[in-house]
Amino acid sequence: MVLHIKEVTKKFGDFTAVNKLDLTIPEKEMFGFLGGNGAGKTTTFRMILGLLDPTEGEVVWDGKKIDYTTSSMIGYLPEERGLYPKLKVRDQIVYLARLRGMNKRDALKELEYWLDRFMVPEYIDKRVEELSKGNQQKIQLIASMIHKPELLILDEPFSGLDPVNVEILKKAVIDLRDSGTTIVFSSHRMEHVEEMCEHLCIMHKGSPVVAGKLKEIKRSFGKKNVSIKADFDLSFLDHYAGVTKVKNTMEGKILQVTGEDVAESMLRDLVPRGFVRKFELEEPSLTDIFIEKVGAVYE
Amino acid sequence: MNKFWIVLSHTYLSKLKTKSFIISTIIMMALILVLSNLSNLIDKFDSDEQEKVAVIDQTEGGLFDSYKNAVAGVNDDLSIISVQDEKEAEEMVSAEEIVGYLLIQKDKTLGFKGTYKANQISDSAVSNDLLLALTQLKGQITAKELNLTEQQIAQLNTPPAFDTIALQKNAKTEEDLNQARGLVYVLLFVIYFGVLMYATMIAMEVATEKTSRVMEILISSVPPVTQMFAKIMGVALLSLTQMILFFAVGYFSIKQNLTGMDEGFFSFFGFGSTDISTIIYAIIFALLGYFLYATLAACLGSVVSKIEDVQQMISPMTMLVVIAFMIAMFGLGNPSASYITITSFIPFFTPMIMFLRVGMLEVPFWEIAISIGVLILTIVLLGIIGAKIYRGGVLMYGSSKSLKSIKNALQLSKKN
Repeated sequence: MVLHIKEVTKKFGDFTAVNKLDLTIPEKEMFGFLGGNGAGKTTTFRMILGLLDPTEGEVVWDGKKIDYTTSSMIGYLPEERGLYPKLKVRDQIVYLARLRGMNKRDALKELEYWLDRFMVPEYIDKRVEELSKGNQQKIQLIASMIHKPELLILDEPFSGLDPVNVEILKKAVIDLRDSGTTIVFSSHRMEHVEEMCEHLCIMHKGSPVVAGKLKEIKRSFGKKNVSIKADFDLSFLDHYAGVTKVKNTMEGKILQVTGEDVAESMLRDLVPRGFVRKFELEEPSLTDIFIEKVGAVYE
Repeated sequence: MNKFWIVLSHTYLSKLKTKSFIISTIIMMALILVLSNLSNLIDKFDSDEQEKVAVIDQTEGGLFDSYKNAVAGVNDDLSIISVQDEKEAEEMVSAEEIVGYLLIQKDKTLGFKGTYKANQISDSAVSNDLLLALTQLKGQITAKELNLTEQQIAQLNTPPAFDTIALQKNAKTEEDLNQARGLVYVLLFVIYFGVLMYATMIAMEVATEKTSRVMEILISSVPPVTQMFAKIMGVALLSLTQMILFFAVGYFSIKQNLTGMDEGFFSFFGFGSTDISTIIYAIIFALLGYFLYATLAACLGSVVSKIEDVQQMISPMTMLVVIAFMIAMFGLGNPSASYITITSFIPFFTPMIMFLRVGMLEVPFWEIAISIGVLILTIVLLGIIGAKIYRGGVLMYGSSKSLKSIKNALQLSKKN
């Protein structure tokens, strides 16, 4: 059940929303889509779901195009949250679950399970418009995964939630992945992708800038971060050969260096000067990669 | 197919349970009860009120008693009192003891001259009755002066016999036409309101789903075409439910009052002998009209992105329905006019105008078949185009300027 996005291009008139995107999303894994607004994430998702037809290329899942015959195996959480405002949670979820091929009894049972798990069982007879935005999002997430889909697409699933709720929902999504669901999700939040995804893709203006395994992306990025705390003046490091970026902190500096060799010679230069409290070579964070690749400060 | 039924039953049941639907249905049923009992109600309010008119007889012929008899013969709710001079009468009018007064004078050439004075002369019923009585009185007096016998008077008053006969076979007689007109009139109203109300409901429903953004989940699990037609059928079922309720209330209410109905206004309009085929045609044309406009409304509803824009978006459609209704209303008086014949074949007008013709005239069956055929073809065509607009429209957010957004929606749904 591998999802292939094959050389997909989508144009709206003269505007190219997605340009030659070529990805393979492995099964039973979480795949992260990163990118700013207008990067083409939502358009890509809509093409995966078959809501939009690609101008060129195709999307296949398990060798077939996704259409309405497979819709009971697919779950979707759109970026624009939306439920019937006047409908009770029970009627709403049961209706949406039945459209995904569940029967009424199973849908109710699952709904009760999820509401309990999200610690909001009392909402079952409330109308959606009475709920807070965060709670509406819980209901929406339930709607997208109540039928235990094999492929789940989550467009910005954790935006607008408080940290406690993010953790609850994250746990639910991770459990779903462990039970064998392939999950594709997009986010503005680098740390969510870093924490949960093995593979990822960074998009910028419709084109994939970086794609692949998180570890390999970090390794091939080459640059590393060096975090230093010392008792003496570190300003000579600002112009040290191989340093590409400098960030001053309260007690020291965080430097971006082009490779391990730079860090090595730096340490050798530091030791004679005095007491070094901290010297740590870190893998680059996804944020560093993103900023470097997309070329714009984000968040 | 299964999903079709899920959407259909969801649309039907969730609409059925809304407060606004229940309330509006109850209000309409109450209205029907009132309307069907209207003649009884009017009688009830009218009977306790006797209108008084003062008469000042200046002819010196002692006409008052015979005039009083004549008035009693014309309208027994009108009572006459004798008053000597105008001043007194005027005071009585301002004290609202009488509604007005009539001055009867001698006139050399005309015999009598009557002048009716009242605060308001908008109620022409009173002055008409007074005039009628005065005319009768004058006739009697003149006849007496000419020494005519009773028989001669009777001869003078008998109108000539006058019949209208249609030469064409099967054509409806004047009497039939008047009967049909009433029924067609009422059914035209039902079609007009039904089409407008339920088509608007569809547009609102689609727009609500779109603006609440639930649409994106829906179209990822149900094909837009299935969704659109399931919704149209669901609302059609809803409308049938409502109509059956209305007709049931109307039927029983009228049945209760059947004795009161047989005379007066209603029998004139032919409610006693309801033409079954007219009603069947009404149902056919109402349904087809609904499908035509509902399909249109669903497309229009799918391209708006704010619920406030719905009314503006569907206003051209509303205009079409209103125009069709206006033509039909003008056509009631002359259903065989050529503009009626022509417009009855234009699909957007067919539901009302062809129905008008079928109800009022003997239309050859092939003409009906052609118009229904064209109508069905248009519905299918609109359905196909509509499904495309719908597919693109529901994904489109932004400003909603009718023509441009329809074009955009079509582009968005385009394959490749």
